Amino acid sequence: MSTEVSPALNITPRVISTQPRRSDKVFRGVVTAGGLSSLLILGLIALFLGWRGFDVMRTQGISFITSSDWSISTDDLGNVVESNFGLAAMLVGTILCALIAVVIALPISVFSALFLNFYAPNWLKRILVSTIDMMAAFPSILFGIWGFLVLMPSVEYWAKLLHKYLGFIPIFDIKVPVYTRSPFVAGVVLAIMIIPIITSVSREVFSQAPLDRIQAAYALGATRWAMIKAVVIPHGRSGVIGGAMLGLGRAMGETVAVFTVLNIVFQINWQMLLGAGGNVASLIILKFGDASPYEINALMGAGLVLFILTLIVNGIANQIVKRTGKSGR
Amino acid sequence: MTTMETSKNMSTSNILPTTNVASLEARGIHAWFGSHHVLSDINLDFAPSTVTALIGPSGCGKSTFIRTLNRMHEFIPGAAMAGEVLLDGKDVYAPGTDVTKIRLKIGMVFQKPNPFPSMSIGENVLSGLKLAQLKVANKDDLLEECLERAGLWKEVKDRLNAHGGSLSGGQQQRLCIARALAVSPQVLVMDEPCSALDPGSTLKVEETISQLKASMTIIIVTHNMQQAARVSDYTAFFLSDGGPGQMIEYAPTSDIFSRPQDQRTENYVTGRFG
Repeated sequence: MSTEVSPALNITPRVISTQPRRSDKVFRGVVTAGGLSSLLILGLIALFLGWRGFDVMRTQGISFITSSDWSISTDDLGNVVESNFGLAAMLVGTILCALIAVVIALPISVFSALFLNFYAPNWLKRILVSTIDMMAAFPSILFGIWGFLVLMPSVEYWAKLLHKYLGFIPIFDIKVPVYTRSPFVAGVVLAIMIIPIITSVSREVFSQAPLDRIQAAYALGATRWAMIKAVVIPHGRSGVIGGAMLGLGRAMGETVAVFTVLNIVFQINWQMLLGAGGNVASLIILKFGDASPYEINALMGAGLVLFILTLIVNGIANQIVKRTGKSGR
Repeated sequence: MTTMETSKNMSTSNILPTTNVASLEARGIHAWFGSHHVLSDINLDFAPSTVTALIGPSGCGKSTFIRTLNRMHEFIPGAAMAGEVLLDGKDVYAPGTDVTKIRLKIGMVFQKPNPFPSMSIGENVLSGLKLAQLKVANKDDLLEECLERAGLWKEVKDRLNAHGGSLSGGQQQRLCIARALAVSPQVLVMDEPCSALDPGSTLKVEETISQLKASMTIIIVTHNMQQAARVSDYTAFFLSDGGPGQMIEYAPTSDIFSRPQDQRTENYVTGRFG
């Protein structure tokens, strides 16, 4: 027999199997349960919101997210005579406040992370890190009250300044001179609340910048700042964006602090300095207390919409992180 | 000695200043990490346009020593040093010295190739200019010049915009050499530059070293004794007997390998330990 015949056609890859040990199987079961439970809980919440809100959303149709009317009238027996539920103003307000917050918080957080990692002496670093972590654990109502009592009067001054010099840009324009309780104030409060998370994520990714590249930069006569620009920031860019998106998510879902400082008005308002705005979560807290069962269903629907909006934002964030992640490493 | 001959064929640079080859002197260098004394009383002179090899077993303080020369030692928390490093007679540790200028004059090539991952090949070579905020008249010429001198030009000239990470390990190391050359250092210290490379790439780097000698003073740490014999003019043997590392012997390379004065040197270079 000749061995010259090409064997390629007759050979199939072997099936390679591994027999996991019993302990491995048990452990795999435990971690799988842990991993799936969060998915399960989240899914059940979404399902619950959808189930409760379904009726309202079907009646309202697309106007649930495109109109800005929120009214319900009932007769003496409590039967709903007429209802109109529209979230457009609240959705715009949610996005506006959260964006203001991230725009303010991101540079502050990145600079504090850089300071903590590369400039602060050790004793100061320890103090600052625990202070920032404490900020994250601070009850949001206190931020809200502080924002209302302390921040508002001074923010008004800055708002007027912004309007005066940047008023030609539409979002800094203002038609009615009402400067208090604006999305801008809410954004500043939210910014302070999301600084800890963005700082701590940034600090983590900056600290993982490869030491040999850092040394390479220094060995080429780089100053510290030049080194940071060349090595640390490219390395950490995608992580920082991820942290900013976490902050954005938190800012979109924040309830009490926004409710405390913001003047909730059912009208789409992109003018960030004007004292009128909204936020889906604060709408829920505003209406929940004395809502009829039917209106509560509408609020559940609103919760579902916020939930989906957050998912969309996170999805976009993941795409951005994926796209920027390659170049830096 | 074929590598020595190629150095004579090298065209002299017309872009980089090649006249400022500097001498480097180490005077009574001690080094500590915390309370751990790792290097004791090293005195060494590096003459202009020579290659000096530092040999010795692991942990004898060779790398620590060269890192005291360009002030990279002080990055390690708890690191301390004593003594003087004189670059053309001026102490690099003198108060008021701009440390970034020192590192520009004393370039460094590391053990593991470390090109900047976010930059292209071309950007990597010129990164030193940006990092140290230097201006150069013609960047393209400098780029070609540095890659040529590092022996990499032919291999990368058609893909200067590719990522540095797309090169092989040996090419990456020569890219790092080209990067160090772009800021025209007077002294180049190399910390086991070939230990992560295959023999072919090692040969290329050694050829590069021999060619660079004309325009700079080179100090190379190596564990490869044949390499020390091939590339260096002088060799210093370092050893730690459990305490801080010391310099046992310093002599022209041929003497170290043919008639070492110290028994320990002989044992090491003949492969009896280390």
